[in-house]
Amino acid sequence: MSTQSLEPKYTEAQYSEVDQYQPATRTGRISNYVDQRVGGTGLVREFGRKVFPDHWTFMFGEVALYSFLITVVSGAFLTFWFDPSMASTQYEGSYAPMQGVEMSTAYATALELSFDVRGGLFMRQLHHWGALMFVMAMAVHMLRVFFTGAFRKPRELNWVVGCALLVAGLGAGFTGYSLPDEVLSGNGLRIIDGMLKAIPMVGTYISFFLFGGEFPGDEVIPRLYSLHIFVIPAVILILIAVHLFMVVVHKHTQYPGPGRTERNVVGYPIGPVYAAKAGGFLFVVFGVLALLAGLFQINALWNYGPYDPSPVQAGTQPDWYIGWFDGVLRLMPGSIGDISLEFVLPTPWGGNSVALPVLIPMIPIAVLLLGLFVWPFLEAWITGDKKEHHVLDRPRNAPGRTAFGMAMMVWYFVMWGAASSDLVAVQFSLSLNDVIIWLRVLFFLGPILAFIITKRICLALQRKDREIVLHGNEAGVIEMLPHGEFREKHNRVNDYELFTLVAYESPEVTPARPNAKGKVSLLEKSRAGLNRVFFEDRVAPVSREEYLEALSHDHHESSAALPAAASAQLESSKH
Amino acid sequence: MGEHGNGDPQSDAVIRAGEGKSSGHAIDNPGLPPHRPRLADVDEKAAKRAERQVSALFLISIIGTVMFFVGYFVVGVTAGDLEMLRLQNTLLGLGVAFAMLGIGLGVVQWARALMPDHEVIEDRKPLRKEEDRAEAAATINEIVDETQIKRRPLLRNTLIGAALLAPLPALVVLRDLDRSEDFGVERMRHTIWEEGVRLVRDPTGTPIRAADLTVGSVVHVVPETLREISEHGERLAAKAKSVVLLIRMQPDDLAPVTGEQENWTYEGIIACSKVCTHVGCPVALYERQTHHLLCPCHQSTFDAAQQFKVIFGPAGRPLPQLPITVDDEGFLVARSDFTEPVGPTYWERG
Repeated sequence: MSTQSLEPKYTEAQYSEVDQYQPATRTGRISNYVDQRVGGTGLVREFGRKVFPDHWTFMFGEVALYSFLITVVSGAFLTFWFDPSMASTQYEGSYAPMQGVEMSTAYATALELSFDVRGGLFMRQLHHWGALMFVMAMAVHMLRVFFTGAFRKPRELNWVVGCALLVAGLGAGFTGYSLPDEVLSGNGLRIIDGMLKAIPMVGTYISFFLFGGEFPGDEVIPRLYSLHIFVIPAVILILIAVHLFMVVVHKHTQYPGPGRTERNVVGYPIGPVYAAKAGGFLFVVFGVLALLAGLFQINALWNYGPYDPSPVQAGTQPDWYIGWFDGVLRLMPGSIGDISLEFVLPTPWGGNSVALPVLIPMIPIAVLLLGLFVWPFLEAWITGDKKEHHVLDRPRNAPGRTAFGMAMMVWYFVMWGAASSDLVAVQFSLSLNDVIIWLRVLFFLGPILAFIITKRICLALQRKDREIVLHGNEAGVIEMLPHGEFREKHNRVNDYELFTLVAYESPEVTPARPNAKGKVSLLEKSRAGLNRVFFEDRVAPVSREEYLEALSHDHHESSAALPAAASAQLESSKH
Repeated sequence: MGEHGNGDPQSDAVIRAGEGKSSGHAIDNPGLPPHRPRLADVDEKAAKRAERQVSALFLISIIGTVMFFVGYFVVGVTAGDLEMLRLQNTLLGLGVAFAMLGIGLGVVQWARALMPDHEVIEDRKPLRKEEDRAEAAATINEIVDETQIKRRPLLRNTLIGAALLAPLPALVVLRDLDRSEDFGVERMRHTIWEEGVRLVRDPTGTPIRAADLTVGSVVHVVPETLREISEHGERLAAKAKSVVLLIRMQPDDLAPVTGEQENWTYEGIIACSKVCTHVGCPVALYERQTHHLLCPCHQSTFDAAQQFKVIFGPAGRPLPQLPITVDDEGFLVARSDFTEPVGPTYWERG
C-alpha cells in the first residue's frame, strides 16, 4: 500500500465558489438554493437544450406513457371506495334492479362507485378507457419501432424492456378486468382456471394456489387486487424509468432526410419547443380520454349481475388486448375427424390427461410473445448487421422485415378476430362454424399471403422511388417535340427530397460461410436461408453513375432546366 | 419503368451489411434545407392572431373547469335516477375534456406558431470511450482480486450453494395459498350430487316433477343440498361443479345406449354437467330443433341426443352425464354423483 497523499484534488476556492455567488434575480435565487444542495444546474445544462427529433409517429410512446399516468391517478381514486372482498353482502345501494341481491362486497362497492359516488362512474370509465389506450398505444408504438428498424443496435435492450412493458400491461389489464366480480369477468377467470388446469404436472396446483382451493373460492379477487394495484404498477414504473433512461442515453432515432446522418440528431431543443409540445400533449391525451369516459359507456357492469358459475351471456368478449388469447382457443379443433385430441398418457400410477386442444393454442401465443422479445437479436443474426443505427429505415427499404412484420400482424389479427367469431356470424348472417373454418384456413394461409403481397408492394414502391430519382415526377403536361414525338414532361425533384429517396442501404444476400474447420454448419445454412428470404429480391438504390447518366440524358434531350445543384453536380462530374 | 427498373445489382450503391461503408449514395448529403419563415415570423398581425387563438383555447379550458363544477354540484342525482346520472357523467366528461384539451391544444399551438421552429443539429456522443471501458474493466478486475474469490474456491462454492438455496423459502412460504382441509386433486372427482338428491330449479329451489317437464324444454338445475352450504365461497365452489342442464326430448330421439348408461335417463329426460369440458364456461345455449348445446365462450357444440358428444369446436370430451331417475313422489332425483370429474381436463384426471 502506498501512502495516501493529503494533497486535495480541488482548490479551496472551488469549494467556496458556491457560497460566493450573490443571486440577483428570482431565477437566480431558486436555482442557487437548489444547486447548493443537490447541484441541479448540471442537469439543466445537459438537458435544457437537448435536441429531440420530431415526427408524428414518435408520439405513440408518449400516448402510452400519459395513458398510464392517467390510469394510475384515476385508479388511486377508485381504491378509496372499492373493497376487493369476496365476502357475501346484500346490495342496498341506489341501483334498483340489484337491490336485495346477494353479491360479493367487491361487486357491491363497484356498483356503489358507479351509482352513489359522484364522479365515480366517470373515474371508472376514465380508468378503463385509459387502460385500453395504454395497451393500444404501446402496441402501435412497438409497430412503429419494428417497421422502422428502431430496435436495431444499440437499442436492442430497450426493445426488450418495451416488450416486458407490453406483457406487464396485459397483466395489469387482465387483473383489473377481473376485480368487479361480475358474471363477465368471472367467466374470464373461469377460462384462466381452465387453461391453468391444462398445464401438465403443475397446472392443477397453480389453479389451487391462485384460487385458494377449488374455483372460484373467496380468495382470488383480493389476490388479484394486490397484484393489480401494487406489484404490477411497481414493475411497470420501474420498467418505464429504465426505458426512458435508455432513450436519453441513446438519443432518439430520426428518419432519413437531408442533413441527417448516423452521427447527428436533427430536431427541436427540449426547451421550449419540445417540452411545450410533449407537455401539451399530456393534456391532449387526458382530454381525449375524458371525452371517451364522459360520452362512451364502457363495461356496464351493472347489467351483468354478481358472479355465479352457472350463467353466461351470449356474445361475451374480453377486452381487446386479451382477444387473441381467447380467439386462438376458439380456432383449435377439439378433435380431428373422430379422433379426440385429448388423451390419457399411460403412466404406472394410472394415467395422466393431456388436453391438447388447450395446450396447442398456447404455442402461437408463446411464439409471438417470445418472438417479440428475441427479434432484434434474430434479425441481426440473419442479416449479419453489427453496426449502430440511428437513422431509421423507411419500411419499403427493408422489404424482408416489413413483409415479415405484416405476416405476423395478420397472424395476430386472425387470432384476434376469431374472438369475435360469434358476433361476426350473427352480424353477417353466416354460419358460426363456417366463420371458424375460414379463420382456421386464414390462420395458416394469411401470414404467407401477407408476406408475399407486402414484399411485392415494398419492391414496387422502391421502383417508384428509383423512377422519381432518375426521371422526376410526372408533371401532367404533354409536350410535343420538334420531330413530332409526344411525351410527358417530368419535373426533377430538388436535392433535399432526392437525398431521402437515395440514402438507404440495400444489403445483398450473404451466402453461408464455412466455419474455422471449413464446414458449413446446419445453423449457418439456416441463417443463409433466412438471409435469402430477406434479401434475395432487391431493388438497388440509384447509384451515382446511374444518376449522372440520367442527368446528362436529360441535359442533351430536353430543354427542361435542371435544378442548380443538379447542374453543378453534372458539371463537376465532367471534370 | 424500362431498363432502370431494378437497378444494377453490381452497382456501387450495394452496401453489404457489416462493412461499415456509409457513403456511396447517388448524391451527397445536401445538409438541412433552408429555413422557411412562418407567417407569424414575418407578419406581426399573424403573430397577434396566433396569440389570440392560444388564449382563446386557454379560455375554453376555464369554461371546461366551470362545466365540471356545474356537473358535480348543480346536477342533483337522486338515488336511482339514471337519466340525471348520465347527464352528470356527460358534463363531468365534457368539462374535464375541455379543461384539458384547452390547455393541451393551446400549448401545442403556442409551440407551433410562436416558438422558434429552427431545426437544430446536435452531434451524437459516442456511446462509450475505449479508455473508460479499459479503466472500468481494470477496476472490476481489481475488485475481484481484492475479494480473493478466485484464490479461495471454498468460499465461492459454499456461497453459490447458499445463494441457490436461500430463495427457496420465498417459494415454499406460498404453500398456504390453499389452506383447504381437503387439499389435493381427489376433491375434483366429487360433487355434492349423490343418490336421491333432488334436482331443483336455480335460484328458486323448487323441485321438478318429471311430468311437469314438456318435451323440448331445458332447465338449469342445482342439487337441493346446495342451499345448505352457508359459506359463500364454499357454496360457489360447490355450485361451480354441480350445475346441471336438464333436457326433455322425445325418447326416440335419444341414441340407443347399452350397459349401465341405459338407466341414466328417465322417459326422454336427460341431464348433463353445464360446465364445458374445454375450459369451463357454462354451456348456456340450447337449440331445440337440433338438440345441440352450444358454449357461448368458445363455441364448443355438443349433441344432447348422442350422450353430449362434441360435434364442433375446441372441446375434446363429451359433457359428463348425470344419472337421474324419479323418487316416490315423482320428483326428479340423481341416481348417483357424476361418474367422472366435471369441467376442464386437468393433468391428474387420468
